[in-house]
Order: sequence, then C-alpha cells, then structure tokens
Amino acid sequence: MLYREAGDFKVSYQADQQTFPIRFDRLFFWALLASAYFVVPFFINDYWANAVLLPFLIYGVASIGLNILTGYCGQVSLGSGGFMAVGAYTCYKMMTAFPDLNLAFCILAGGVTTAIVGIMFGLPSLRIKGFYLAVVTLAAQFFLVWMFNKVPWFYNYSATGMISSPERTMFGYAITGPNATPAATYLFCLTFLVVLAFLGRNLTRGSVGRKWMAIRDMDIAAEIIGVNPLMAKITAFGVSSFYVGVAGAMIFSVYLGAVEVTEAFGIQKSFLLLFMIIIGGLGSILGSLVGAAFMVLMPVLLKNIMVNSFGWAIDIAAHFEFIIIGGLIVFFLIVEPHGLAQLWRIIKEKMRLWPFPH
Amino acid sequence: MVEFLYGIEVVINGLMAGVMYSLVALGFVLIFKASGIFNYAQGVMALFAAMTLVGVQEGQVPFAHLINSVFGTQYHHFGWHINAFVAIAVAALVMLLFAYLVERYILKHLVNQEPIILFMATIGLAYFMEGFGDLMWGSNIKTLDVGIPQGGNFWIEEKTAFLGGEDFYGFYLDTLDIYATVIAIILVSTLVLFSQYTKTGRALRAVADDHQAALSVGISLRRIWVIVWSIAGIVALVAGIMWGSKSGVQFSLSLIALKALPVLMLGGFTSIPGAIIGGLIIGIGEKLFEFLIGAPFLGGATENWFAYMLALLFLVFRPQGLFGEKIIERV
Amino acid sequence: MNIKRMMMATAVAVSVATPALAELVIPSLVYRTGAYGPNGIPYADGYADYFALLNERDGGIGGEMVNLIECETAYNTEKGVECFEATKDLGSLVYQPLSTGITYQLIPKATAADIPILSMGYGRTSAANGKVFSHIFNFPGNYWSAASAVINHILDQENGDIKGKKIALVYHNSAYGREPIRTLEELAKKHEFELSLLPVDHPGQEQKSQWLQIRREKPDYITMWGWGVMNQVAIQEAANIRYPMEKFIGVWWSGSENDVIPAGMKADGYKALAMHNTGMDYPLYDDLKTYLYDTGKASGEHAGTVLYSRGMYAGMLAAEGIKTAQKMTGKSNITAGDLRDGFEVLEITEEKMAAIGMPNFGPSFKVSCESHGGPMVTAIQQWDAKNKTWSLITPFNPGDMDVINRLIAEDSAAYAAENNLSERCG
Repeated sequence: MLYREAGDFKVSYQADQQTFPIRFDRLFFWALLASAYFVVPFFINDYWANAVLLPFLIYGVASIGLNILTGYCGQVSLGSGGFMAVGAYTCYKMMTAFPDLNLAFCILAGGVTTAIVGIMFGLPSLRIKGFYLAVVTLAAQFFLVWMFNKVPWFYNYSATGMISSPERTMFGYAITGPNATPAATYLFCLTFLVVLAFLGRNLTRGSVGRKWMAIRDMDIAAEIIGVNPLMAKITAFGVSSFYVGVAGAMIFSVYLGAVEVTEAFGIQKSFLLLFMIIIGGLGSILGSLVGAAFMVLMPVLLKNIMVNSFGWAIDIAAHFEFIIIGGLIVFFLIVEPHGLAQLWRIIKEKMRLWPFPH
Repeated sequence: MVEFLYGIEVVINGLMAGVMYSLVALGFVLIFKASGIFNYAQGVMALFAAMTLVGVQEGQVPFAHLINSVFGTQYHHFGWHINAFVAIAVAALVMLLFAYLVERYILKHLVNQEPIILFMATIGLAYFMEGFGDLMWGSNIKTLDVGIPQGGNFWIEEKTAFLGGEDFYGFYLDTLDIYATVIAIILVSTLVLFSQYTKTGRALRAVADDHQAALSVGISLRRIWVIVWSIAGIVALVAGIMWGSKSGVQFSLSLIALKALPVLMLGGFTSIPGAIIGGLIIGIGEKLFEFLIGAPFLGGATENWFAYMLALLFLVFRPQGLFGEKIIERV
Repeated sequence: MNIKRMMMATAVAVSVATPALAELVIPSLVYRTGAYGPNGIPYADGYADYFALLNERDGGIGGEMVNLIECETAYNTEKGVECFEATKDLGSLVYQPLSTGITYQLIPKATAADIPILSMGYGRTSAANGKVFSHIFNFPGNYWSAASAVINHILDQENGDIKGKKIALVYHNSAYGREPIRTLEELAKKHEFELSLLPVDHPGQEQKSQWLQIRREKPDYITMWGWGVMNQVAIQEAANIRYPMEKFIGVWWSGSENDVIPAGMKADGYKALAMHNTGMDYPLYDDLKTYLYDTGKASGEHAGTVLYSRGMYAGMLAAEGIKTAQKMTGKSNITAGDLRDGFEVLEITEEKMAAIGMPNFGPSFKVSCESHGGPMVTAIQQWDAKNKTWSLITPFNPGDMDVINRLIAEDSAAYAAENNLSERCG
C-alpha cells in the first residue's frame, strides 16, 4: 500500500547494487536520517537522550560489530563485554594522558586497541569452531575483566578501580561530563553510528564481506574456492572488535561517565549483545539496530507503562518485564525464527505486493 | 612436606568442586545430546526448582505478593511444614509439568530449526522463568534444608592429621561435597543404566544419534523431548538443592550456569562422562592454579578465567572437547 | 494498589508521570530484583515505610506530603541512569542509590543538577570532604572509618598490641570491595600487622580456594567486605572450617539476618560493623504498627531486621535534613538546593532521635560545610543465633582519624585536580 511501484526495472549496475533499491525505502531512509539530525536535537531532553537514545545508538554500534563476527562470519563470540572494556580503558587512559586530545580520537584509539586484542583472541578460531569457539571468547571476557580489575595502572591507581571520564568538548560543546547537553551527546553518538553503519554495510557487501559469508556458510568449501580462512577470520575479528571497542569507549565516556569493569562490562553484557543480534537477525545491519532497539527500549517502555501509567509496584513490574520480554522473544521466534529483520523483510514483501498477493 | 599435603588437599577439594560443577553441566549435556539445544535456561531452571522446593516445604503461598497487592490481602503462608522428601517429589512433579509445557508451547513450534534459533528460544525461556519464578515465590533469600549435613568432616580431619607435623591440621572435606559426590554417582549411574537398558533409553540414544532416522523408525520426537527436558529438570533440581544448601536459595543461584560452561566446553557438549571428567579437570585445575600461582603471585580471584583458559588449552588439541563426537568436515 | 486503581490507571493512557506541585518528591532508587535483590528489599521497605508513616501520622513533613517515587535499579548502573533521568526533573530532593557504582556515576550529574546525594555508608569515601564534593554527603560513616573501626576493635581485643598478627580481608572484587584496602594497608604499616587480601569474584558462590587458604594460613582475624550471596557463602564456609566466629568481622553490608541465617547455629557469635542500632524495641514501631502494618498499608514483613532498620535510618536522616532545611528557609516546600544547605548544617542529637521514637538508634553528630562525612563513628554488633538477634556490643567509636583524614584529603584532591574544582567553604 505504501509502496507504489509496478515492477523491478534496473538499467544500470549502479542502480542494481545500491543499498536501498526501492525508491520508497530510499526516501524513507533519507527522511529518517534528516529528522534524526535536524529535528530530534531540538526536541531531545535529558531523559530521552540518556535513558533511551544514547544506549540505543551505542548498543547499535556494538551489535553491528558483533553481527559482523557472528552473523556474517559465523564465529560465535561471548567476549564482547571484555572487548568493550578494552575500548573503555584505552579511551580512559588516552583521555587522562593527553587532556587536549579530541574525544573522537580517544574513542577511535579505543577501537583500534580493541581490534588488536580481538585479533589476538581470534587466532584460536582457526582450530576451534562452533559453540566451542565461545570458550575462547569467554576466556577473553573473564581474563580481560580480571586484568582491568587487578592492574592499577589501568585505572590510574585510584582507590577503588572506578574510572570516571573528565569533561571533554568538541566544537565548544561538552560531550562528556555532567555539563554535556543531551543534543550534543546524541549527535556525537549518532554520527558514530551512522558512519560505522555505513562502513559496515559496505564492508559486508564487498569482497571482504563475501569472504566472511563464504567462511560462515562452509569454511572448507570457502577455502577450496580460494578464500584464505586465516585472513577472513582475522579481519572479521579485527573489524568486529573495533566496533565493539568503540561502543565500549562511548559507553564509558559519553553514556555512563563512570564505570566499574565487573559491573559494566561483565559477562551479562556479552550475552546481552548476543541476544540483540539474534533477536534482530543474524547477518543484517538493520537487524543489529532493530535488535538493539528491542533490548534497550522494550524494558524502558514496559517499565514506564507498568510503573508510571498503571501504578504497579516496582518489583511486580520488574518481574512482569522479564516475563513479557521472555514471552515476546519466544513469540517472535515462533512467528519468524530468523529475527526481526526477516520479519520486516516479509512484511515489506507483502506490502509491495498488496493488494494483489501474487 | 606440609606444602605438598596442602596441595593434595587442594586437589581433593578441587575434585569435590568439580563434582558440583558437573551436576550443573549434566543438565546441559542431556538436552544438547537429545535435541541439539544449548539450553541457556538451565541455571534458571535450577533456581526455579530450588525455589519451588523451598516454597512447597515451607508452605509459601504462590504469587502471594501479586495477590496481596492486587486484592489488598495479607496471605503469606499456608502454615504447614512438609517433609523434605514429599517436597522434593512435588518439586520434581512441577519440573515434569514444566518440561511438558516447554515442549507443548515452545519446542513443538521450532522443530527443525537451526541450533542458534533454539538457543535463542531458551534465552526467551530463561527470561520468562526468571520473572515468573520471582513472581511466584518472591525474591527474598530462602534457606534450603533438606537434611543434608554440612560443614567440615571432622572424622577425616582427625584421622589424617598425623600425616603432617605441627602445621598440618588434617585434610579438610566438606560433608556436603561428599554427599554431592555420592548423589552425582547415583545420578550418573541411573542415567547410564536408563539409557542403556530401557526401551525409552534406547529411543533417547537413537534420537541423539540422528533425529530423522529416529523419526523414520517410529520414535516420537516430541515424547522424547518431554522426557529429556524432564530429566534435565530433575537434574536441575538436584543441582539446585546442592548449591542452594550452601548459599540459600536466591537469584544468584541461576548464575551457577556460568561455572558449568567451561566444563561443557572441555568435556564436550554431547558426553555425559565428559561432563563429569570435565568437571573434575576444571575443578582441580582452577583450584590448583589459584593455590600455586594465582593467590601467591597474581593477587587471587583467578579461578574464573583460568577455568576457561584451561578449557581453551584442551580445545586447541582436541577441538571437539575431550569426549565430544569427532567433528567430520565434508564439503 | 488495588483492582480499582489498576483499572483506573489502565484507562488513563500511557503517559509520563507529571510533576505534582506542592509536595516533597523523594526518589527511591532501590532494587527488589536481581542478584542483590534479597538485600535490597528490606532496605527499600524500611525507606518507604518511614516516609509512609510520616504521611499517615503527621501529614508529611512540615505539612507537605511526601511523594516517594520508587525506581528499580536492579543494582545496575544503566538502570540507575534511567532512574535518575526519569526522576530528576520531578523536583527530586535527594538520591540514595544504595550502590557504590551508581553513586560514582551520579556524583557529577547530581552536582550539576543541584540535587544532594546521601550515600550512607557506601559510595565514594572521599566525598566526606565537603570542600570538594559540594552535593555529596556520606554521614554517619564510610568504608575507611569502617576499616579503621575493625582494626580498633581488634586492638581492643588484643589489648592494644597487634604487632605481627595476621589479619585477612575477604572482599568482593569490585570498586566497593576494594575501598578499605588502602586504609588497611596504612594501618598495617602503623600497627605492624600482616594483611592478606583475598578477593572473591562476583557473585561469589564458590569460595573454596579462599577458605582453604584461610584454613592454611590461620589468620588471627578476618574481616569481610561482601554483598549478596558472597556473604552467605563466606559465613557458611567460615563455619565449615571451624573458624572462631567472634574473630570474623564483616562490614555493615555483611551483617544482616540474610547473611547469617542460612548458616544456622554455626554463625553464632559472628560480628559485623553497625552504623545504627537494630531490633524492634523502639517506640516508633508502635506507630508503624498502628498506622501501617495493621491497616495493611505495609506488610512489615522485614520489620526489625538490620537492613530494614538501615532503610528506616536513611529515611530518618533525609527527613531530618528536610526539617532542617524547612526551618532554615522558613518555607515548607523546599527545593533540592535548600535541602543541600540543610544537610550541611544538619545536627542529629539524642533528643531528636528520642522525639522521633528512635532513642539511641544511631550516633549523634553534626555535619558542616567542610565535613560531609559526619562523625565517622562505628559500633560492633554481634549475632545471637539462638534468639536470632543482632545486638550492639560496643558504643559508637571513632576510627583512626589521622589516617582517614589524610587519605580523604589525598583522594579528594586528586578528584578536584581531575575535574578542575576549586575548594569551597571559605
């Protein structure tokens, strides 16, 4: 009904290969992006920024990263929490060691360091496969968290091991610290997400991405047709960890402002990210974002409905929150096992064909 | 000499801890073997089973908190106190019902899906159970007492004290751990006997070998799944009892699943002996590492990551786990 | 909450709570679920019941009704942010997040929003230095005074000489658990005792290695900084290795009924720090019974327990702060900024506590602009497993103020330097 098109006519390769081959999608995307940049910042307040949009944008970056590794390259990872911690602590060290350095560079440095660490832990993936690979990443998870907890150099010898981000500005606006305006932090994170999502989308469509997918579908077959499994897996670990590290750095510096490694980057974070990409849809950039939205927004939404509107006691609301989220996950799976992104694809197909189903 | 004796003590205690890990890992293995599902909800099942046990035993009113806040009443307890064995039987029945419901409402709809999707379904289940269990029995900490004695075993301590000199106090062994070992042995032998010598057991093994072949000879996959989940539920109950006796029944009980993961990886997802041996290796390994290297040189708390590092080390040489089925890759 | 209200609420469409004017809004960031839920529940009940009583009995504080907004954090910093952002614009007067992690995070945010934080016995210890931390209060005690109180108690037991004694610290391997280490190290230098550190990772269900180590090393005393399931397991294991319970001293977060009951009779004699008294022997409970428990407005399920008392005590300090601020400004409808000023001149006296119906409940003290940490006095309480009661066995004693003040000055100076803050208070 929304899609008014009468067929699939492409006259150039360029038209055939664009990200949004359907005109309506394209328009919708640009409109969404434009409103995200030019409308939302004027209406945003602290609550929307800090409780809803920042976590969504940041987890979006992280789940794209994990989706590259797990969804595109088929390597299960449960070490994302630890990798995020690498990003966060690198960012912290950079911020405190070079107070004049731009925050964006600190965050990118976090990503690069994480990529290196990720590649190191990715090496055993050549030999260990499937669910068993999870043990490698879990080892990374627990080891990294333990290390950041244990070595005082990482938290500048503070008494407790908490790290807090000092105030940093960009173009004169505070991005971190208590004086940051919601619009500034939102735009900062949005830009990171847009750039990284764009990069991710194009990486996964190009030769690198095809190699990843070949490895995912069957690594021996891929090897036979000339894909180097070492390079493919290493690049997937590297790129994925870069994303996850950037997200970790942003969680620390922009979103939370102070973190403690065991609490903020524990194993439950690794699981959370994995849930996001499975629910959203493996092997889909859109799916990563939808999954992140589901896991971040659903609890907040449910809480607001049950506690603020219905006036339920908070513990009953919290229990129902778990029940409803669990129920929804199972429900969506039964309806469409390949995640919300696939569900969307089906709905879109239906809408394109409507009102003639054949 | 004393150091050496203490080393042995650490090894023995590691073995005992390993048995406790195996109890949790066993539930994972059973379900994975029969249905290829990595059951993320196993830890929450243990929590739920233990909560039900305590709730029944103490005569707690289920959903009391919800009922009270909706109707403004003040119900808490029925006012009875049931014998532990009866309560265990009731809790086991609840776990059977749970298995039936899981099959009826979740697994039935997801036959023939990829493992990762089934894994995700169990995530949903875990969320659901977490909320449901708390809603039903409340999130207070509960004391679980089914009559298993706890505490250091003084008899062993006294009888072994002569081995060392002044500085050696005899081997320390927790009575609870000894019971856990006995129970684990009984549990595993029952399981082995069951799967080797009964018709259902044979059907279980057939399903584990090949779903489709099993279906084609007339084995009902759905019935088998109910049975497997029931067994896993009862294993969860046992694990819940053993761990719950130690620390009281509370939310953290569901986190014991994390302790079972390296055991699974090391022992192989598909092998019951693997879960036991894996548990023992992890138990000994992490305790010994903490004793020899972790606590003296690295500042302690190394057990968590070392368990995984150890599993990793084994996996590099045997990528399918110690007892896992050999991975055959074909194009 | 009853059916009628639920139905009515359902009829009202999804909307965000609007700030109601002319009432005192107190957000209550608590946790009734999750791994630390069992400890969060009694605290949350005590906090809520205290304000509910003020509303029912006195019609609020100074004629203003108290609107307590509970928000579930599940001890999770991200949910803590959500709760803070959701409540800060509703006219919230004071935050008490009951989590060191959330407190650290809120310190700059609440300061910027001009809302005081009362982190009673947790959070950032050096916030006791009011010259640097304008909006953070952590009276009546903090972790460093607690660490010192443990050592002082041991000194008492050993007649002032602990040279060469072994003292072990079993701690939750997190920011919270690491708080006392520096103080203990300083004190170890001063009193020449041997300190051994035994970290336990979250959640702490399996502590065999730590307790075997303790059994081998036979420390003369053990102190513990634990929370959640770690406490129960540690006390159980200590009992199992037959460690003398009266030489095992937990911090105030490791000394509630929850922690000792699972170990049964074997926990008898276990000691813990206390920043306030506990039990039901207070006139206030008569009122609580008449106005709340008997009318079904509160269950009173946890009444009299240590953590319930702590919630009540936290509520009482906040309420006294509000009263002080009301007296200072002369208006009943105070703002968060007024309350901050009120906290800074807060004085808790024996008469005040007796008037409230809580005689001898906590120490009497005075807050000042320089010192937001209060008296830093701590008592020791001991568990009687037979009667299932905690009782104080020492009066409220101050810690080793030389050491503590030096450490506080160092740490707060570092914070001030990092954040470019200049000192207040003239």
